[in-house]
Amino acid sequence: MIRNKSTEITVGMFVAAGLIAIFILAMKVSNFTEFNDDAGYHVIAEFENIGGLKVRSPVTMAGVRVGRVANITLDPESYNAQVTLSLYSDFNTIPTDTAASIYTSGLLGEQYIGLEAGAEDEFLQDGDVIDLTQPALVLEKMISQFLYSKAEGD
Amino acid sequence: MPLIKIRDLHFYRGDKAIFEGVNIDIHRGKITAIMGPSGTGKTTLLRLIGGQLRPDKGTIEVDGQDVHKLSHTELYELRKRMGMLFQSGALLTDINVFENVAFPIREHTQLPESMIRDLVLMKLQAVGLRNARNLMPSELSGGMARRVALARAMMLDPMMIMYDEPFTGQDPISMGTLVNLIHRMNDAMNLTSIIVSHDVIETAEISDFIYLLSGGKVIEQGSSVQLKQSSSHWVQQFMQGLPDGPVPFHYPGVSLADDLLSPEDLS
Amino acid sequence: MIETIRSLGRWGLDIFERLGRGYLFLMQILAGIPSLLFRGSLVIQQLYSVGVLSFALILVSGLFVGMVLGLQGYNTLVDFGAEESLGVLVSLSLVRELGPVVSALLFAGRAGSALTAEIGLMKSTEQLSGMEMMAVDPIKRVISPRFLAGFISMPLLAAVFSAVGIFGGFLVGHGLLGVDDGAFWSQMQVKTDWYDDVLNGVIKSIVFGFVVTWIALFEGYDAIPTSEGVGRATTRTVVHSAFAILGLDFVLTALMFGD
Repeated sequence: MIRNKSTEITVGMFVAAGLIAIFILAMKVSNFTEFNDDAGYHVIAEFENIGGLKVRSPVTMAGVRVGRVANITLDPESYNAQVTLSLYSDFNTIPTDTAASIYTSGLLGEQYIGLEAGAEDEFLQDGDVIDLTQPALVLEKMISQFLYSKAEGD
Repeated sequence: MPLIKIRDLHFYRGDKAIFEGVNIDIHRGKITAIMGPSGTGKTTLLRLIGGQLRPDKGTIEVDGQDVHKLSHTELYELRKRMGMLFQSGALLTDINVFENVAFPIREHTQLPESMIRDLVLMKLQAVGLRNARNLMPSELSGGMARRVALARAMMLDPMMIMYDEPFTGQDPISMGTLVNLIHRMNDAMNLTSIIVSHDVIETAEISDFIYLLSGGKVIEQGSSVQLKQSSSHWVQQFMQGLPDGPVPFHYPGVSLADDLLSPEDLS
Repeated sequence: MIETIRSLGRWGLDIFERLGRGYLFLMQILAGIPSLLFRGSLVIQQLYSVGVLSFALILVSGLFVGMVLGLQGYNTLVDFGAEESLGVLVSLSLVRELGPVVSALLFAGRAGSALTAEIGLMKSTEQLSGMEMMAVDPIKRVISPRFLAGFISMPLLAAVFSAVGIFGGFLVGHGLLGVDDGAFWSQMQVKTDWYDDVLNGVIKSIVFGFVVTWIALFEGYDAIPTSEGVGRATTRTVVHSAFAILGLDFVLTALMFGD
């Protein structure tokens, strides 16, 4: 093998091509860019039932993505789900009486949190709690509710 | 004190005994030949001396050091002082002659390029191939490849060189060249040379001392004159290249008369 | 009957013996890597022969695989009215599975077999032995650089495969079949997770690179030094690599994408 400048140049180009490919996969193909907004602020919301909500599920307001679910744990005292929402720092005018509900997107059921703006003049800060929440719709409960109300109606 | 002392060497390959109690002394400054029929393990002996194989029993001492008790680093240090010429030359096929000869110096020292160039050219001059320095190994004849390998083996100024079947398959001219080179190198650089071969004539011509191996043992040892006067029929057959003798011409079995008169393999 | 059992037993012991030798060989290779910090030129040489020369193959194959994915994916999705999700299908298939696996298989076939043949040839012409006798450790000089080169090249090649494949899928999906380009890219960007999908794929290709290069070098180093032996060793490299890649892919996928 002849080792000379051209070998080294082609190797350099090869490595560069590989790194560019990884870069493209990061930027244009995946959701990598969303991680830059980790410099957001966190608020907490408690839900009776989060259904199929997962960490990194989207948080939207009027359909616009304003953040994501950062953490999900169980509150040991109230036995409710405690969800930490990470909201992008751009959206810092969310009223403190905003309601958070869990919706299902599309037929195939990826769940997300939808925020409905309240009317207060004060805005949510880092560490605040959203009081108004609506749990996810659980199919079995709905069916039993329906049957129960049917039975009552008879 | 001999440079290499081999004592009570035993080596087995599977069930076959290659060496069974071999004692050999290689004296400094001399050319010692190890000869014998093909397959007696002469190349194996060189590998044992170089530490590439371990004996099953016995010791091999090179310059006072037990080769097989050395650590990895110590063994590699010892190998720098040994040169070995393989049957095929064992040149690296992807670099040219110059680079091949320069290889040991480049790997083991930090000498500047100008100095390396001079050293390589001098060694190539000694083997007569200075102007072939840009050829690739695939462009060399067998004899030339061996000469390049010899130049390469000389680069670190070793104390000894082992030649593995250097004369096999060579035409008369290159054979003569090699014989001449081995002799001159040995004398000029006060080397110790070990030649493993079964080319009796050439080897006997330059060797100071000869060991004849067969069946895993040393059958005879001495100078070439002494061997020619040996009383053993086997030694005589070997040294003179007689077709029949203790090593028979006919494959052993049934006699001719019996085979023709009572054929048992006809059904 | 007894003979069969005995030969089965012998075969089993042979496998263990080879595995043991292979493992020790790997340890020697890894031990030889630190000294390569000072001898970058050796690694660069090997990166050329292993990586650069495989590049064209990976590029073309990636493009075609991506284009086929675009075609087939469209044909299936259109039945569900979901052809806008073609981007997601193409990118996830490539980044999670096809990129690492197919490029590893191609790599084993092209670069792996070349490595085996090269090392086997060096063994049969006594070049490795010659180096040993010149007090140059053949593993440090010849094997470790090739190992490092394969290990570095594999993830790069897999990334190129995936990237080019996605582009190929886009060419077919948008250019040929009329999928909306906005939908193609935006859905893909939302659903392709950097950690779970892309990085997992990269991890897979790193593991494959490690294993395939190891197999290729070991088969060459262990080959019987005749032309027939080297030929058989080359075949073994490709076959064993294929088994290893597909088997590891299953294990890794289960670990990464299972629950």
